[in-house]
Amino acid sequence: MRGLTFSLVLIAVAVAIFALGRWYSNSYAFFAAYIVVQYIVLGTAWNILGGYTGYVNFGVTAFFAIGAYSTVVLYKLVPAMPLPVMIVIGGVLAGIVGLGTGYLTLRLRGVFFSIATLALAVVVQTLITNWDFVGGARGAYVLRPRAAPLIGGEYIQYLFLVMLGLCVIVLATARAIERSGLGYGFAAIRDDEAAAEASGVPTLKLKLIATVLSGGFMGMAGAPLPYYVTYLDPSSGFSLNYAVNAIAMPLIGGTSSWLGPAVGAVLVGGLQEWLKVVQLREWLGIGVPSEANVLVAGLLMVAFVILAPQGIVGLFQRKK
Amino acid sequence: MASSLTVANLDAGYGAVRVLEDVSLRVGAGETVALLGTNGNGKSTLMKSVMGIVRPSAGSIAAEIDGTTYELVGRSTEDIVDLGIAFVPEGRRLFPKLTVSENLLLGAFRPTARTSIARNMDFCFETFPRLKERARQLAGSMSGGEQQMLALARALMSAPRMLLIDEPSVGLAPLLVSRTIDKIKELKTGYDLTVLMAEQNFTQAIRIADRGYVIVHGRIAFAGESAEALNNNDMIREFYLGA
Repeated sequence: MRGLTFSLVLIAVAVAIFALGRWYSNSYAFFAAYIVVQYIVLGTAWNILGGYTGYVNFGVTAFFAIGAYSTVVLYKLVPAMPLPVMIVIGGVLAGIVGLGTGYLTLRLRGVFFSIATLALAVVVQTLITNWDFVGGARGAYVLRPRAAPLIGGEYIQYLFLVMLGLCVIVLATARAIERSGLGYGFAAIRDDEAAAEASGVPTLKLKLIATVLSGGFMGMAGAPLPYYVTYLDPSSGFSLNYAVNAIAMPLIGGTSSWLGPAVGAVLVGGLQEWLKVVQLREWLGIGVPSEANVLVAGLLMVAFVILAPQGIVGLFQRKK
Repeated sequence: MASSLTVANLDAGYGAVRVLEDVSLRVGAGETVALLGTNGNGKSTLMKSVMGIVRPSAGSIAAEIDGTTYELVGRSTEDIVDLGIAFVPEGRRLFPKLTVSENLLLGAFRPTARTSIARNMDFCFETFPRLKERARQLAGSMSGGEQQMLALARALMSAPRMLLIDEPSVGLAPLLVSRTIDKIKELKTGYDLTVLMAEQNFTQAIRIADRGYVIVHGRIAFAGESAEALNNNDMIREFYLGA
């Protein structure tokens, strides 16, 4: 399938999903589906660096929260700014941070790069926690408009639609990368960076492209968050859930293809959303705390690493 | 027109460790030059310095490609590949989880090489029929000899004028070593290449080399102006032949 056809199909699927949601017209469904789609975006963004080039980024929350907090800042400065503009700004900011981080840390290979990204998350969280303008440790309120612009109905429908659009863009980008020279360059870096360099692949440049795209899309995924939660504080913006899920979902779905993170996000994200509402207490006789979400992702990740290291998509791929 | 390489007074190393000291050598147009020496004497460091992977601390590396002279010190590896110098790293260093044809495509990553990708691919498959049979197989699943052929073919995909080969015989059975060496000679003639080859296997390397340098503890210990001169050198006898 060519890129254009693929994008049109994605858009058609997105429109169909949204139409289904409008028809079902249940605001809970929109809230739950938003989270799943957000994780498709976040997981795919992580996969551009982590899956394609093999550089494991533990600093997901840094980029995600930069997106979210840029929206908080913009909301305070220009409350009337349309959400898509805020998302673009959040993405650009996170992309710039990605470029800086990449430039400083990409000389570190393997686990050392991962440790550096972990440190980045801590640094950004500390900065935000001590920044009064965005509420510091107290957090900040962002009032959600009552009605959705353009499409009418509840605002969450608009949030969902925007996230769905973002999801189409990110998936189309990921697939385009995979089938381009860029994708082969990324794969060469993942397989053997020294050999890639010796073959004339401009490794530093490619890695910087990957960190910018990956960081930028993570920031975009986080940008609508303040409107979703309406109250954002550092402990929720930098929640461990985002980092664990953004890594677990591509690993579970399969990191070698654009489809993997999407499959993983739908599966794990869907399961987590289901666990939030199902009455497990009645079935099992024990209460299930909300931290079970992380447990689910963690256990699935362990199971997949052992049983299907290529992820779900890998199970169906032709053996070469 | 062929190409030549001149290394002058080169110092290079890793951090505080100096590996190469005042190394000078020359690879003339159309020559095959062997860089001889046992492990740890600086053969790979020299190769990597030429390719811009290791940054020399002093000295110069000049490459004359089709009539134009370029200083290589300070250039990035991708630029050097772009100029027409290809490198086959030690231990082959393929992309094991990519297919044979994907490995070849990556050899032609640079814009200058992309224009002639189909022709070069045909050429590689012609020279190495085995690779054509295995085009869709993962590179990591092939035998050592086949992998060495792929490493050579991948380097050729950049349409080089000069080929640097680091230890082509590493990890290969004796029969495959001599086949690989024969293949290098064949490629050299077929593509009109200039070749610098680092090798520990003296007897094999000397079969196809026009000249050779012996490198000991990071210095050029002996420059043999012909294969016979190398063959009859006492130091080489001592180092390699134990006599």
